[in-house]
Amino acid sequence: MKYMTEFRDGEIAEKIARAIKKQSRKKIRVMEFCGGHTISLLKYGIPDLLPDTIEMVSGPGCPVCVTSRGEIDTAIQLTENPDVILASFGDMIRVPGTSESLRQAKAKGADIRIVYSPDDAVKIADENRGKDVIFFAVGFETTAPVTASSIKLAEAMGVDNYFVLSAHKTTPGILGALLAEEVRLDGFICPGHVTAITGTAMYKPLTDACKPCVVSGFEPLDIMSSILSVVQQVEKNVATTEINYRRVVSSSGNPTAQKIMGEVFSPVDAVWRGIGVIPNSGLKPDGAYKRFDACAKFGLKITTDEKETRGCICDKILRGLKKPVDCKLFNTVCAPEEPVGACMVSDEGTCSIYYRFGKEGREVAAR
Amino acid sequence: MPRADYITLAHGGGGGASEELIEEVFIPAFSNAILDTMSDSAIIDAPENGKLAFSTDTFVIDPIFFPGGDIGSLAVHGTVNDIAVSGGVPKYMSAGFVLEEGFPISDLKKIAASMGEAAKSCGVSIVTGDTKVVARGSADKVFINTSAIGFAPEGIKLSPKRVEEGDLIIVSGTIGDHGIAILTLRKGLEFKTEIVSDSQPLNRLVEAMLEAEPDIRMMRDPTRGGLSATLNEIAKASGKGIVIDEKALPIKQSVSAVCEILGLDPLNVANEGKLVAFAPQESAGKVLETMRDNPAGRQAAIIGRVGGAGPGRVEMKTAFVGNRIVEPLVGDQLPRIC
Repeated sequence: MKYMTEFRDGEIAEKIARAIKKQSRKKIRVMEFCGGHTISLLKYGIPDLLPDTIEMVSGPGCPVCVTSRGEIDTAIQLTENPDVILASFGDMIRVPGTSESLRQAKAKGADIRIVYSPDDAVKIADENRGKDVIFFAVGFETTAPVTASSIKLAEAMGVDNYFVLSAHKTTPGILGALLAEEVRLDGFICPGHVTAITGTAMYKPLTDACKPCVVSGFEPLDIMSSILSVVQQVEKNVATTEINYRRVVSSSGNPTAQKIMGEVFSPVDAVWRGIGVIPNSGLKPDGAYKRFDACAKFGLKITTDEKETRGCICDKILRGLKKPVDCKLFNTVCAPEEPVGACMVSDEGTCSIYYRFGKEGREVAAR
Repeated sequence: MPRADYITLAHGGGGGASEELIEEVFIPAFSNAILDTMSDSAIIDAPENGKLAFSTDTFVIDPIFFPGGDIGSLAVHGTVNDIAVSGGVPKYMSAGFVLEEGFPISDLKKIAASMGEAAKSCGVSIVTGDTKVVARGSADKVFINTSAIGFAPEGIKLSPKRVEEGDLIIVSGTIGDHGIAILTLRKGLEFKTEIVSDSQPLNRLVEAMLEAEPDIRMMRDPTRGGLSATLNEIAKASGKGIVIDEKALPIKQSVSAVCEILGLDPLNVANEGKLVAFAPQESAGKVLETMRDNPAGRQAAIIGRVGGAGPGRVEMKTAFVGNRIVEPLVGDQLPRIC
């Protein structure tokens, strides 16, 4: 556990907290993009250490949460075919689509297998040549290269019954959408693992708009020192992209991963749950790999018509406009056991994190 | 005629094959004066005074053999511990088996032997039992139900209602061992670790604890849902708040490393041989010493106290700086771990 506890040292945290307090003058709103960041913030009680000048706002960086109802409905629809095995990451199973979740479909008899990696889905396809095995691919640039590599693996192994239902999302589009929001954001704690793949070029529109960007790791001290960097930039009236996660991230990203994504996928318009269609923010297998696209193979089209349950404000939470405690459903009818909105479903969803680790809004518990 | 190597539907039919199974597998493993009478029900002596404690549990764990135990020893320990933490001294046990057609009899023998040994080491007699066989695919290998009767001495009044502000909370050893030992065997993960299940009986430990301090408020064994589920149940049932200290939690480094990699919280991971006790502040030190003198409590530690959080709430002082809520797990973290 060495190299881990060092990043969770309470004394150093208090030193950084003192520096933040001393240097922060302007009132600012800082968005932590990733669900992983939000977990660390709340799990370690970081907001308690920050001065009143700094408000932390959670962003849309939870791949399970932003997977659209249409994408889930399409996955369920595919499993109605008795010759189909659907392979999915475990987190997707509970997420409600329009009328049901994959877990409910599984209980009714759909053949749904949980995998830890798309390569396991290729293995299932190899072992079940008489069936069509579809991997339900979700995630940002962190998981997309792995999906791409599974497609290449299937090709190399001659597994021709492996397909991908891609619900992958890419980050540049959503960053643009956040910039267009009516609510002021003064700086960004940027996703560490996504940037490890993409590199830092995609933050230029943000820094051009005078928003400091600090790429951060996920340990509490990573986040504390990243907040300090944002504060320092704001106070100096500069906006640059800083990498505060050098042990993982370089400015050019991971060229091998970028290459394989480029070879296998083409950009496509994608629906983000709670947010809507963002042009060219999705990926689908294309070109020489088009035959791996489950939608093309089964002639399906993912619907873009998204309606959230009445009273649910996930759309505003995902864009940083509201907080979970602003929602009337939070901790009343919407809880991790029976989630209503997208942000309560995944362990990395903002509402679920506030529910599990936050103290705010839990006193009025009407459970 | 050669004896069968595998369970067939005939073994559940009540005829010669059933009898053979009882005589070849169960009697040698469980034999005792009451069972050996082979009557339809076990006739047992009632305690002269005090009360009866009665508990049941069903075991469907997959895999059935795991580092540190198997479904047989687990089925004995699980029910024995439920009786023990309620203050009962477990005495008699029943064992019901649901077997899948095709299950190897050699595996059943191993499981029965391990149950017999576990029962003996707890001072419990398996006095009655039942076997059913279902067609292949209708059950997975073997499921076991055990029920047990224990004697609860007069005056034992363990209950969450007796928990008071200032009480100290003691856990009997490292947490999360069982859940992680099972998880590392799962298909697709296949970690190489030396983590073994903590499956063990707690009845002797409890006896020693109650002898040292009869005023222990309550005890519970944090199995499924782990320590967080148990503490939340107690907080709700007692209407008191609980604050635990992350730095005080006994967790094996290997368990904590696997949890870190997989994003699990050791507080949510199952245990099968640990208990959590609430003791008055003045005598908690004595209880702790007694526990550490017992093989099942060597690594016991005081992990927190009652008070300092709102009624019904559990909070943890993190090793970092602030406090956070400890919320019971939602859904299933690991399938079929007990």
